[in-house]
Amino acid sequence: MPAWLDTHLVSVLNGLAIGFLLFILAVGLSLVFGMMDVLNLAHGVLFLTGAYLSWLIGGPSPSWPSFLVALVAAGALGAAAGAGLSLATGRLARRSHLDQALLTLGISLIAADALSAIFGDDVLAVDPPPGLDGSAMVLGHLYPVYRLALIAAGLALAAIVHLGVERTSLGALVRATVADREMVSAVGADDRKVKAIVFALGSLLASCAGVLGAPIYGAGPGLDTTVLILALVVVVIGGLGSIRGALVGALVIGQIETLGRSLLSDLASFVLFGALALVLILRPQGLFGAPGGARP
Amino acid sequence: MSVALPRLSGRAAERAALVAVLALLAAAPLFLTPYATSTVTRIMVFALLAASLDLLVGFTGLPSLGHGAYFGAGAYAAGWCAVHVTASGPVALAVAIAAGAVVAAIAGCVAVRARGVFFLMLTLAIGEVVQQLAESWHDVTGGSNGLYGIPAARLGGFSLIDVGARHWFVLAGFAVGAAAVRCIAASPLGDTLRGIRDNEARMRALGYRVYHYKLAAFIISGAVAGLAGGLLAAHQRLVTPPDVGLGTSILALLAVTIGGEGSLWGPCVGAALVVVITDALGSSLGGHGPLVLGLLFVVVVFALPGGLARAVAARRRAAS
Amino acid sequence: MSAALSCAGLRREFGAVRAVDGVDLSLPAGARHALIGPNGAGKSTLFRLLAGGLRPSAGRIALDGADVTRLSEARRARLGIGQTFQHSSLFLSMTAGENVALAAERAQGRPWWPLPRAHAARRERVGQLLGEVGLDGRVDAAVMALSHGERRQLEIAVALATRPRVLLLDEPAAGLSPAESARLADLVRRLPDEVSLLFVEHDLDLVFRLATRVTVMHLGAVLMSGSPEEVRGSPEVQAAYLGSGRRQDLFLAPASEPASEEE
Repeated sequence: MPAWLDTHLVSVLNGLAIGFLLFILAVGLSLVFGMMDVLNLAHGVLFLTGAYLSWLIGGPSPSWPSFLVALVAAGALGAAAGAGLSLATGRLARRSHLDQALLTLGISLIAADALSAIFGDDVLAVDPPPGLDGSAMVLGHLYPVYRLALIAAGLALAAIVHLGVERTSLGALVRATVADREMVSAVGADDRKVKAIVFALGSLLASCAGVLGAPIYGAGPGLDTTVLILALVVVVIGGLGSIRGALVGALVIGQIETLGRSLLSDLASFVLFGALALVLILRPQGLFGAPGGARP
Repeated sequence: MSVALPRLSGRAAERAALVAVLALLAAAPLFLTPYATSTVTRIMVFALLAASLDLLVGFTGLPSLGHGAYFGAGAYAAGWCAVHVTASGPVALAVAIAAGAVVAAIAGCVAVRARGVFFLMLTLAIGEVVQQLAESWHDVTGGSNGLYGIPAARLGGFSLIDVGARHWFVLAGFAVGAAAVRCIAASPLGDTLRGIRDNEARMRALGYRVYHYKLAAFIISGAVAGLAGGLLAAHQRLVTPPDVGLGTSILALLAVTIGGEGSLWGPCVGAALVVVITDALGSSLGGHGPLVLGLLFVVVVFALPGGLARAVAARRRAAS
Repeated sequence: MSAALSCAGLRREFGAVRAVDGVDLSLPAGARHALIGPNGAGKSTLFRLLAGGLRPSAGRIALDGADVTRLSEARRARLGIGQTFQHSSLFLSMTAGENVALAAERAQGRPWWPLPRAHAARRERVGQLLGEVGLDGRVDAAVMALSHGERRQLEIAVALATRPRVLLLDEPAAGLSPAESARLADLVRRLPDEVSLLFVEHDLDLVFRLATRVTVMHLGAVLMSGSPEEVRGSPEVQAAYLGSGRRQDLFLAPASEPASEEE
């Protein structure tokens, strides 16, 4: 094994783990934007809600049942929130997309403040569930099992989402809407229901990502904006509405965030911005986005 | 999405109101407590920031969620200059303006290629990067502790130490900055920017170099935001990363949206509202200033499109 | 003497569809040239190629003999191509006068000037332009308050304000009543002689009244190009139109009731 990989294996694996977590988070954001041109700025706070929920239900050292309950609860809450957001932004559909984005911003402010009122200002730490809290040998290095599990979960989800989008009729509708929205509504598909479902699913994934990410990030104020920014960069680089783009973008950003930080420490932010700028200059629609470009 | 500036009628009334407001602002240190005066000073700083953002949002139609970056750049630059070079007030402000303009130029080159919500995302990411920079560049910015111990600004031999002196310094800076923004808004450049906001495609078809104008608006807006930042440094004598960050950017956009983009005076009123709610009323609201603002924001977006300015204009039209 | 605007071998594909397939066109100075054809013939695409909003897959475009194929829309506009749009493309938050002023400022003024400037001289020119299109005294009318017909007139005033060499009018009579159409026809007749005019129209009566030359497009290519009489009498043209079932009566009898068709 090349010496370089040996030294940095841990970082690379970390990058994969974070990358897959980001994918789970960002895919919902990407689809919602690709389908409805709605930038859901409350996406980060959904993640945070999931993280807090896992602490609330399982405490700092959750058991397996409480971990799973937290996952289900976060999913349900996320789906409900997504449906609600879809309704709220739907009311503004006739106005500009900016107004819709601002609405989600206002909602996220309210939610974030409510969360810090309930849970306080400290960062709450959460352990991985038992069985996943140890370390395993990977290529001669000791590595946290939980992060390996995260990579597995991410792969599984990517496969599920891919199948869902390629094989189901809902997925076909989503793909069609991302490609040509007017055509789909002209054909008479009830896009409001589809939008609500996509919004709900995307938000469900975001809050579940919060539960999955709690053992790594914990739960505390400011986390929502941190992950929101990362998710946005992923979506912009990967291309709006593209699941493949979200995956590739998430893995790239995951690597930059971890490998970049261990190699370059503080300069990693600039690599991030540099990558963003580069993609935007060379390919403004993102790596896998539709060539229609940035819709206003 | 905006209100056309009243050009003909009501000019005299406008002038009178302006004079009254300036007089009140100037008189503040004479009859308010130091804390209240300081709040009014902060309102002016924030109002200038909001006005600079309005030039971008309300006039050119570019919704920026990262304006804190240029504000902070100006604040840090002015503070650094005061600490390391000269405590001269005007020089620090000039440095602040330049810093805001330069950072805006760099960011704008990339950001201005995008439109609408896409542009919003970009400015958000850029603002975040600048905040990271402020937190990690210990040698220059002092890292997360911030840039403290900024000496009092010097103006013509006087050190502006007490609240009143600082207040009047900021008032002067605010008046100049606000006048500059107002000037541009009423100029052919302002008309061009409004044209771009209304119908960018048509402007291209008419032969305008739209990218250049957008970039120019971005840079000018950044320069004025930098000026506001310089005034912050002179007033607070301390600059911290949150001044640069997303929180500031969001509050600025809130001020513009609540006040009414495109009207310039609306964002100033919105700024006053935001500062009062987050600072002055902060404790009596149990520290839930952000919650109240969020609610206000949601209400405005839902029920009051165009903010207070448009509501006022509609009422004025209905009355006449 | 080179043509004011010309194109050769112009082609544009959208995926597998050849929207414009090898079109040659030549617009001499002072032309009054109409572009007609059934739906899907490629007229709008050709317009966008000429104006610069779309890049051709092949072919060249020349303005006064100079190659402009690679130039952007804004650049071509600065060189003298003006256009109006099928769907009114105005500045909705402004008045009629401000709309025209924006265009005039770009052509003769300093649109980047950051200080307020007296409007007197500009106001005069704006008023004059609005008068030319039949909107006298409407300088301060908000665009939102104008009727559809008035907005179409304003569109032309805005395009004229840049003193274009070539004017591309995309369905200027779309949605107009017969009276408004007649007013528009007068307006077009009054256009300066130096301006070369190329217009797309579905209102064939208007076309045969205003045009000195007509080009018929069908399935992306030029079917024929000639005087209005030649076109009207051509069996191929009739077949193309009859094939899609449209307006055969206008070919069989001269100047019947005018009608405009939506695309």
